[in-house]
Amino acid sequence: MNIHLIANHLNELADTSDTGFTFDSLPIAGDVDVLQVTISGREEIPIFVSVTDDQILCIAYLWGEEEVKQATRSEMLEAMIEMNIPMPLSSFSKIDDKYVIFGALSVTSSLHDVEHELSVLSDNSLEVINEMADYLL
Amino acid sequence: MSIFGKIITALRGGASEAGEAIVDANATRIFAQEIRDAENHLTKAKRDLTGIMAKQMQAQRELDRIKRSITEHEGYAVSALNKGDESLAMEVAEKISTLEVELSEQQASFDSYEKGAIRLKELVKGTERQLADYQRQLSMVKTTESVQKATAAITDNFSNSNSKLLNAKQSLERIKAKQQDFDDRLQASEDLADEGSDKSLKDKLAQAGIGEQQANASSVLERLKAKQG
Repeated sequence: MNIHLIANHLNELADTSDTGFTFDSLPIAGDVDVLQVTISGREEIPIFVSVTDDQILCIAYLWGEEEVKQATRSEMLEAMIEMNIPMPLSSFSKIDDKYVIFGALSVTSSLHDVEHELSVLSDNSLEVINEMADYLL
Repeated sequence: MSIFGKIITALRGGASEAGEAIVDANATRIFAQEIRDAENHLTKAKRDLTGIMAKQMQAQRELDRIKRSITEHEGYAVSALNKGDESLAMEVAEKISTLEVELSEQQASFDSYEKGAIRLKELVKGTERQLADYQRQLSMVKTTESVQKATAAITDNFSNSNSKLLNAKQSLERIKAKQQDFDDRLQASEDLADEGSDKSLKDKLAQAGIGEQQANASSVLERLKAKQG
């Protein structure tokens, strides 16, 4: 599995997607190949896909530390940890000063699995921002 | 320190600055070498195990053969005694005694193969476990580094394209607005379709002379005549 296979699959999907979404993907050059995947209508929250030796990582940036209301920060963190298990397929993490939501798949996953992962991750990210809005500036 | 501990320390300590490795490249190389060594040990242990298990099976067959031969000769000895041939019985008894010595020797080598096989199986399991653990730890290092590099690429991409990642709430509002717009358009087109079907029904009814009729010249004239009275 590599990001180009994923990109081709998503771009060829068009109307045959069974997630109801239209995907657009754009490879980003760098030390590690990253695919920026956007879902039509949700361009503001792209998903970044990278492939390592044993896993496919799909990451969406949620908010930065500077957007967090400091007074209720620990409450927010606790709520996020508690949501980690109930939230399907995705988990929370933090990269530098950015809170993220991510899903990790085995490199042996099918393209259909990747597509499903991306659609669930996108739904989760919108829902999380909606539900956590009170903790954010 | 464990790899897990090293990663936590590095991330907490802000070693996530671009270019700074979580675990230095040399340590990662040494680790990768340890994994290859463990893999080689495993291959060798598995080969040894196959060999020793084959020998164990051979020893088992030999044991069975000797045991059968002893039972058989015991039968001959009893028959010789029944016939009163004491010296023949003695000769058979000597043969049995030789077989019994052979049996105990064969049993000893079988036991030693069995012990060896058990020890090797434990070694294989232990090495497999260790290898899986090494691989998991190396995967942590590689993933952390890969995410750092990916983050650097993403950040570069955003600063180059001059577009900035929006604030979370703004993004959500914009997405919701687009969704609302889409829903509104969907609703509008549904309404339009409904009106369309309503209109075509009216036309059909009119054609059939049912419902509100269009005024025509003769009906107007009738109405005027009626007014004149």
